[in-house]
Amino acid sequence: MPTPTSPPTPASPTPPGEHLLEVRDLHIEFRTGEGVAKVINGVSYHLDPGETLAVLGESGSGKSVTAQAIMGILDTPPAHIRSGQICYQGRDLLELPEEQRRQVRGKEIAMIFQDALSALNPVFPVGWQIGETLRQRLGMSRADARRRAVQLMELVQIPGAASRLDDYPHQFSGGMRQRVMIAMALAMEPKVLIADEPTTALDVTVQAQIMDLLADLRRDLNMALILITHDLGVVADVADRIAVMYAGRIVEHADVRSLYRAPAHPYTKGLLESIPRLDQRGGKLSTIRGLPPNLMRIPSGCPFHPRCPYVQQVCVDVVPHDLVLGDGRTSACHFAQEVHDDRAG
Amino acid sequence: MSDFETVASSENQAARRGVSGEPGTPGRVGQPGRPRSLAGDAWRDLRRKPIFWISLALVLLVTAMAVAPGLFTRNDPTDCILSRQHAAPSGGAIFGYDFQGCDTYARAVYGARASLLVGALSALLTGIIALVVGMLAGYFGGWVDAVLSRIVDIVLGIPLLLAAIVLLKRVASDSATVRLGSVIFVLAVLGWTTAARVVRSSVITARQQDYVAAARMLGAGNGRIMWRHILPNALAPAIVVLTIALGSFIAAEATLSFLGIGLKEPTISWGIDINNGRVHMRESATPLLVPSTFLALTVLAFIMLGDAIRDAFDPKLR
Amino acid sequence: MFRFIVRRLLQMVVAFFGTTLIVYALMFAGQGDPIQALAGERPVTAAQRAYLTEKYHLDATGFGGFFYRYFDYLSNLLRGDLGESLTGRPIGEILANAWPVTIKLALIAIAVAVIFGVTAGVLAGIRRGSIFDNSTLLLTLLVLGIPTIVLAPLAQYLLGVKWQLFPATSGADPSFYALLLPGIVLGSLSLATALRLTRTSVAENLRADYVRTARSKGLPRRRVVTVHVLRNSLIPVITFLGVELGNLMSGAIITEGVFNIPGVGFNLFRAIRTEDGPLVVGIVSVLVVVYLVSNLVVDVLYAVLDPRIRYE
Repeated sequence: MPTPTSPPTPASPTPPGEHLLEVRDLHIEFRTGEGVAKVINGVSYHLDPGETLAVLGESGSGKSVTAQAIMGILDTPPAHIRSGQICYQGRDLLELPEEQRRQVRGKEIAMIFQDALSALNPVFPVGWQIGETLRQRLGMSRADARRRAVQLMELVQIPGAASRLDDYPHQFSGGMRQRVMIAMALAMEPKVLIADEPTTALDVTVQAQIMDLLADLRRDLNMALILITHDLGVVADVADRIAVMYAGRIVEHADVRSLYRAPAHPYTKGLLESIPRLDQRGGKLSTIRGLPPNLMRIPSGCPFHPRCPYVQQVCVDVVPHDLVLGDGRTSACHFAQEVHDDRAG
Repeated sequence: MSDFETVASSENQAARRGVSGEPGTPGRVGQPGRPRSLAGDAWRDLRRKPIFWISLALVLLVTAMAVAPGLFTRNDPTDCILSRQHAAPSGGAIFGYDFQGCDTYARAVYGARASLLVGALSALLTGIIALVVGMLAGYFGGWVDAVLSRIVDIVLGIPLLLAAIVLLKRVASDSATVRLGSVIFVLAVLGWTTAARVVRSSVITARQQDYVAAARMLGAGNGRIMWRHILPNALAPAIVVLTIALGSFIAAEATLSFLGIGLKEPTISWGIDINNGRVHMRESATPLLVPSTFLALTVLAFIMLGDAIRDAFDPKLR
Repeated sequence: MFRFIVRRLLQMVVAFFGTTLIVYALMFAGQGDPIQALAGERPVTAAQRAYLTEKYHLDATGFGGFFYRYFDYLSNLLRGDLGESLTGRPIGEILANAWPVTIKLALIAIAVAVIFGVTAGVLAGIRRGSIFDNSTLLLTLLVLGIPTIVLAPLAQYLLGVKWQLFPATSGADPSFYALLLPGIVLGSLSLATALRLTRTSVAENLRADYVRTARSKGLPRRRVVTVHVLRNSLIPVITFLGVELGNLMSGAIITEGVFNIPGVGFNLFRAIRTEDGPLVVGIVSVLVVVYLVSNLVVDVLYAVLDPRIRYE
């Protein structure tokens, strides 16, 4: 059942300054004693005010590194940003001196992390940690910061917020800890929130609560949200668009509906086929064969070719460009159209 | 007991304050159960380190001295003539003579034997105790582990030098062999805890490996699993700890002999000679400086050797 | 917190009985002539023999007699009655004179360790792999590898006798200046250990996830390091220094002996030399108690510093 689309054409770069946040052709490598790992190889994506972008990929695909580069919290060395731009409201963050860069952190772009237990400082009460941002960045008084911290904790629906202000991170449950993290990130009312696998460490029921909370907060506070995850199931209800990453590249970029309906990259297709679906009974769950590539020796041509069921000689020889498939969709596959149209069942 | 403290024991002392899994507590000594390539990496890393080669050379030199002191000096260290008191160097006595009129250099050379003997045998005994206790505690877990770990805690809580003083005061005999044996015994009895902990944690890691489960499913008994599969994993980290311990045992022996409760005359020990040299240092400093240098270099060599090997096996800390 | 302290206190009581029992048993059990054991190779006068027999209830025999004597010894110890040394001086009085000196010396040593060790450790931890880091590491390894019986006489010879920068030995009532060199010698070991511990701890904490969080809050690096990293890394360091202070108090035996400082360690040193058994037993018993108490204090300190322990 082929979907009518315009013929694929090479993607053309959009002029800067049109989006709230735009990552353009980012290249990052890690230089270690054993060699150079090319972790990010030309990633571009953008985010508009109030929208939710899901960045999807296996661990090691570079999704977290890109996010840390946006925040400017990559450790350099070993990380080295070779080229690219990260434009926020038209300014290239990578060009800014550290002091101005710091002003952006937390205030314009905030981030929450996967494991809230280790991401929160174990020796300070949570109220202190939420309030620290307010005191240090906004010059609030101690008492004001405490009051505001209670409000923030109520905002993220922590029961009995006022009484839990002086509790330490280890005294909270996993879900409550993640809420504390979110409250901390929201302290300065950022315009962009990056959530790096916010629910991975949590129970399934708690996962859903946290995702709902994030979605509600995004809507109520009119933030833009970058949701980093390896779990396709998590993003379906929340995200507007999805960028799929593989070996430090964006291999497919599409709005959620059309990506779920008809993936245009073999990797995305493999991911979709490997999650159980309620609407398709019987049949076998397939998996993607092979392992993610070693980033020190990325395969020639298309990095996915050793695992790809559609592989041809051209995949081994030529690096595929992003092909535009209409509706603003792109896919970095020589056979994007074929994959897109090849829908079994 | 700061007088006994070495890299291993003192850091361990602080580390034991930490509850397991506490991030502020530094992890010590290479984790066991890593693939074999780690040993290759460690060796490649070691080969490039000058400290490793220097300390290895010193260890070999001192061992040669202990085995064949005659190769290093022709003089008899017990040939002491009071008329040569603090005499200048002459006839092979390159550092002159001490208060008793003995050849300072010859005594230092012959002192290596007692030091190394005590160090090596205490380390060996320590290793045996540590392996047995660590294997039992780590392999069987449960109440065996609870009881043994408690014992380790108690022994670790005993101030080393005080305990050694109390124990050695009981040894009335002046026989050289008895004193040597008691010092070895006391050091081993007080010093096995660190190594036992290391063995225990490597055994616990090894026990959880798939191949151990596989061996068990194939019907291998506890004894066979421990001997064939777990012991080899626990051995490497234990040897690293014991190398460092050997150095500190040598220092401990010298300290006890220095205090007059370890080895006694006529056994030649650096500790005794340092104490004698110290008393008369205003008249002549060489009888103090020569055994001091020998002792310091020997202890340093073992500790640096152990430290270098540990670093090589534990790249996390680099 | 309260339950934690109570639990630790109970553990300490158990440890106290265990350790004193061991000390006592080792000193007296199974010995042919316990009085000769106390006196070592020295001849024992009839008066001393009578005193010791009465003091330690040596006339009671057998297993029951041993425990009778042990509890007698314990109650004397708890009442602060340590008996007399072979020279006839009350051991309590000897210790009362010695404590202030030993405490002064221990404080100097700890100050040296804190001022130089912790500071250099923080710097080395922040600049891990730098020249500063590598050279301090090597230097501390040297200090740790050189036994005190080498370091103390050497410092005494070079700085005291040869260059005469410091007094070579201190008198009966040592001044701060006279204690400085021994304090530095004593502190150098603690310094080296504290430095290594601080370095490892800072380096590990700098890589902790909460540092990333603190940075993403937009805090200046200085604040991230001085507030977030240091507060966490200094927990093991402070507890180490606490243990170390206890260690230093319970006898800088070698250092005090070498520099002739009339502290507790020196008295023990001399008691061993002169084979004054009662004095050795008395001092060792008190030192064991000091050691146990200082361990308790450190554990409580640890709990105060680390909320994860506190609310366990």
